[in-house]
Amino acid sequence: MSEPSITTTPSTPLPTKSAWFGCLVAVVLQIFLAAPVQADDDYRSVAIADPYLEMRTGPGDGYPIFHVVDRGESVDILMQRTDWYLVRAANGKEGWVDRAQMELTLQPDGDQVSFEQAKIDDFTNAKWETGILAGDFGGANIISLYGGYSLNPYVSLEVWGSQILGNFSNGWMGSVNVVHEAWPDWRVSPFFTLGAGVIHTEPKSTIIQGEDRTDQIGHVGAGFRIYATRRFLLRAEYKSYVVFTSRDENEEVEEWKVGFAFFF
Amino acid sequence: MESRFRVLFLIVAMISLSGCAATKNLFGFGDKEAPPPTSEAPGQVIDPEVERREIKEPAIDREDFEIGGYVGIMSVEDFGTDVVYGVRLAYHITAGFFVEGTVGQTEAGLTSFEELSGGARLITDSERTFTYYNLNLGYNILPGEVFIGEGRAYNTNLYLIAGLGSTRFAGDDRFTVNVGAGYRFLLTDSIALHLDFRDHLFDIDLLGEEKTAHNLEGHLGFTVFF
Repeated sequence: MSEPSITTTPSTPLPTKSAWFGCLVAVVLQIFLAAPVQADDDYRSVAIADPYLEMRTGPGDGYPIFHVVDRGESVDILMQRTDWYLVRAANGKEGWVDRAQMELTLQPDGDQVSFEQAKIDDFTNAKWETGILAGDFGGANIISLYGGYSLNPYVSLEVWGSQILGNFSNGWMGSVNVVHEAWPDWRVSPFFTLGAGVIHTEPKSTIIQGEDRTDQIGHVGAGFRIYATRRFLLRAEYKSYVVFTSRDENEEVEEWKVGFAFFF
Repeated sequence: MESRFRVLFLIVAMISLSGCAATKNLFGFGDKEAPPPTSEAPGQVIDPEVERREIKEPAIDREDFEIGGYVGIMSVEDFGTDVVYGVRLAYHITAGFFVEGTVGQTEAGLTSFEELSGGARLITDSERTFTYYNLNLGYNILPGEVFIGEGRAYNTNLYLIAGLGSTRFAGDDRFTVNVGAGYRFLLTDSIALHLDFRDHLFDIDLLGEEKTAHNLEGHLGFTVFF
């Protein structure tokens, strides 16, 4: 029978060349050690209502079951990682239990335990969202990070920051936009968006002798938010940009992007 | 200038339109729910003085994030091999999938041409600093355990990662694709050692024709879950 929790930390061979790494390890260790250590009675305790509770050696279906706790006994929940819970039985054994089994346990007052889990309802109603998308911006590569806030299930405001990496120029772009979802409760929810911002471009010096420029932009777009699992969604979108240049002609740029996001 | 006003007008129009569609939620208009009927029964004689046992359940400690640093060696194509160091932040979505961001730095050396030609330099010393960031999706493909001695077992994971990012090298930001595999060795349920191998691919035309450069990295890391 194996026990996954072993507190001894074997010394790791560290290359002496990098003092940076030493500092980093020290900082990380400090954060770790400074974290408040919870007393035993601070853990949530649940009673087993099913015939038994299976404890695995690790947080995943691939790890073997090494211990079984019988009905009527109780366990302390030490921590949660994704959909797995690290529990400690009365005899001191610690192991990982999945959500499906934990939901069949009882609270000390006899009520069923509810474990928070993000569902498709939260996909519709969650207030905050953040994600990463990448794709094509007028022939250049673009990597974007965004954060959004929902005013209601239909309308949200978003802030975007993007890095543009092209063959002839690099740059960055920042914008704010309004997103309207007509059917926010659909698993694949289409949306329309409008926004404005700034773009900064730096022509590559080896190819073009150009000046760095910062211009205002406006954009209109459409796309899909697709619920995947838990707090996770996929997003694909198209945007058409107008760059308000200081020259006579405004520039138009098309953008296609895909990526993933979380809501919370 | 005209199109600027057009965009502004469209934004205002869209907010007001979608606002109308959702006014029920936004401003509380529309049908209001009737207040619940008062629960006091008219002829109640006995007032049961039973105190409800209130239990405040302590919150469960969630540990889905993983933060740490790493150090290793990195070979910059044509520019030799040097020490690389960096930081990593990961978020575990399910038992299998995680997303990860890394930022790292190494120093590129001299190309064979620069060494043989004597004084000629292709890029300046400051342009030899190779800095990258990557955003990756990872999957724990082979979860497992290792046994050391009789009474010790450690959880492990073999994972694959792939992602996108940018590399600043030789006076330019370069779009970078990043693939690799790693081995996570959990010393405890919250502390892990990592052994990672990664390939950073980008297009470069510094030595004449444009080519895809493979920049291989191997590193040893240390992370803490929180």
